[in-house]
Amino acid sequence: MKKLAKTLFLTILLLAISSATASAAGGAGVEHSGANINDTASLQRGAKLYVNYCMGCHSLSYMRYNRMAEDLELTEDMVMQNLVFSSSKFADTMDISMHPDQAKAWFGKTPPDLSLIGRSRGADWVYSYLRGFYKDENGQWNNTMLPNASMPHVLWTLQGIQVPVYRQETSKDGFTHEVIDHFELTTPGSQSAQEYEETARDIAAFLDYAGEPAKLKRKGIGVWVILFLTLFTFIAYLLKAEYWRDVH
Amino acid sequence: MAKAAGSLSRKANDLLNWFDDRLPVTAFWNNVMTGYMAPKNFNFWYYMGSLALLVLVIQIFSGILLAMHYKPSALEAFASVEYIMRDVEWGWLIRYMHTTGASFFFILIYLHMFRSLLYGSHKAPRELLWVFGMFIYVALMAEAFLGYILPWGQMSYWGAQVIINLFGAIPKIGEPLTQWIRGDYFISDATLNRFFALHVIAVPLALLGLVLLHLVALRENGSNNPDGIEIKKNKDADGKPLDGIPFHPYYTVKDIFGVGMFLILFSFVLFLWPEAGGMFLEHDNFIPADPLVTPEHIKPVWYFTPFYAILKAVPDKLMGVLLMGASVVILFFLPWLDRSPVKSIRYKGTWYKVLLALFTIAFVRLGLLGMAEGTPAQTWEMRVWTLVYFMFFVLLFFMSPGAKTKPEPDRVTH
Repeated sequence: MKKLAKTLFLTILLLAISSATASAAGGAGVEHSGANINDTASLQRGAKLYVNYCMGCHSLSYMRYNRMAEDLELTEDMVMQNLVFSSSKFADTMDISMHPDQAKAWFGKTPPDLSLIGRSRGADWVYSYLRGFYKDENGQWNNTMLPNASMPHVLWTLQGIQVPVYRQETSKDGFTHEVIDHFELTTPGSQSAQEYEETARDIAAFLDYAGEPAKLKRKGIGVWVILFLTLFTFIAYLLKAEYWRDVH
Repeated sequence: MAKAAGSLSRKANDLLNWFDDRLPVTAFWNNVMTGYMAPKNFNFWYYMGSLALLVLVIQIFSGILLAMHYKPSALEAFASVEYIMRDVEWGWLIRYMHTTGASFFFILIYLHMFRSLLYGSHKAPRELLWVFGMFIYVALMAEAFLGYILPWGQMSYWGAQVIINLFGAIPKIGEPLTQWIRGDYFISDATLNRFFALHVIAVPLALLGLVLLHLVALRENGSNNPDGIEIKKNKDADGKPLDGIPFHPYYTVKDIFGVGMFLILFSFVLFLWPEAGGMFLEHDNFIPADPLVTPEHIKPVWYFTPFYAILKAVPDKLMGVLLMGASVVILFFLPWLDRSPVKSIRYKGTWYKVLLALFTIAFVRLGLLGMAEGTPAQTWEMRVWTLVYFMFFVLLFFMSPGAKTKPEPDRVTH
């Protein structure tokens, strides 16, 4: 009877928790990226893509070249020759030379620093954003993840140009909306759809890493810490059991 | 060899005697550790107090290290936290100790308080022990709130904005009061500076003093236990409680085991899941504070959300603030609201089990609704659980004196 009451109580509690978390979850359209920060080759490709395509406008001002070299298993020469286009030194942070005020004048909004985009938005969002560019009816670049963003599709030569195909949808309040059903590629890019997915995944993985470089090491350390603590706790349990033998 | 060891231990003994003649070292140890008789029937719930003390030490230790690298300036704060995360040796570990510690502090304190609701630890003669504990809880909430502004992210900024503006609901003095708290017309460098000072000096000092009072009050009457009966009622010929065992070594070794179990859980979050899915470290707080851009969904960290939900449940701002305040203040009076002749849930009867279950569900549910975005249906649900929250205390007050109780045993069940 007592057990039953306890089980019942716990079940209700769990139900209360699960229903609320379900309603709290959301974020339409974010796709699973499969980005893996432990895949060093992917991070290297991502770094190269980032430096070539993104860093014209988006700095990584908390990320240092030498730290990136160490974590991505690159030599100083490789980094300085292939990844540094400015006068930056090896130990510098990955800043850009574009002045924020100029950038604002050109784009309407200063392109944000992306050091922490992997933490504020997540790798899946970056992946979906990079795949969400399309040309709308007015011939303007638009994005499913960030509607009416001022950023043009920098990777269009790779992905090509896609336009949306709409369908009608009736929402709960009875109004009919036009929503994007899928995209159609009107101008092919230099990469196949699959290759571009890989490109987006590599950049997402690199930004995920750049958001928290310590993530590469901390999980490995954590496993050892937990193993040690498990042994410690087991010995502590034996000690406790020994001391408590005479307590009746 | 044996001779040398013997002379060494004699020397150590001499040294201890030297100290004992000048400072009551041995007497203090005997009083609070070996001579402190604790009930032998402590269960799971009795680990929380010593673990909370451990987390307090972790927070002070990691906090000192963080303060060595952190810069309390609106221009540099955000970047200095990233500097700690990336350039300071083991900086990420220090910071995650502190952020994980903050959330675990609240987990432990909530379980610690729940233990009191289970076994009536707040009831006579331990009312002051509970009241000091409540002051610790309030100080901890202040400490957490002040600390949360320091990373100077969007949630730091806008969370503080929302909370400080609550004081603006007070008629007449509200506006000047918020200005006085901020030290400016809006949240700025001045606010960050003073919050830093309060977070690293003022509130920790108060916390340590309150913890000391809490422990002194605990030592005075000794711990309650899951049966809620006083072990001092049954003593042997030497005047020692029959159901008591010396705190040291019995509970020190047991607590070491508890520390191990706790640290496994703590390390799991710290190393493998430090953001806890956006609960312990919020995603929006990785965006630098921007006074011109309001985040889509402002919410406090999880440990405040039950009270935040009570605030949101009330349409009138002033009434909401008052009700939210009341939901904390009412806890101070728990020892006098619970008028049952017995302490433990084991002997209080079914009515109390039902009340406590409803109260617990209300608290958890309010916490979850406080994080949600707030649809009209959710607002109505918050109102229902707010009512349940307060009805717990009302019903406890009226039902506890007359309710039929089960007979308490003479000795603890072990």
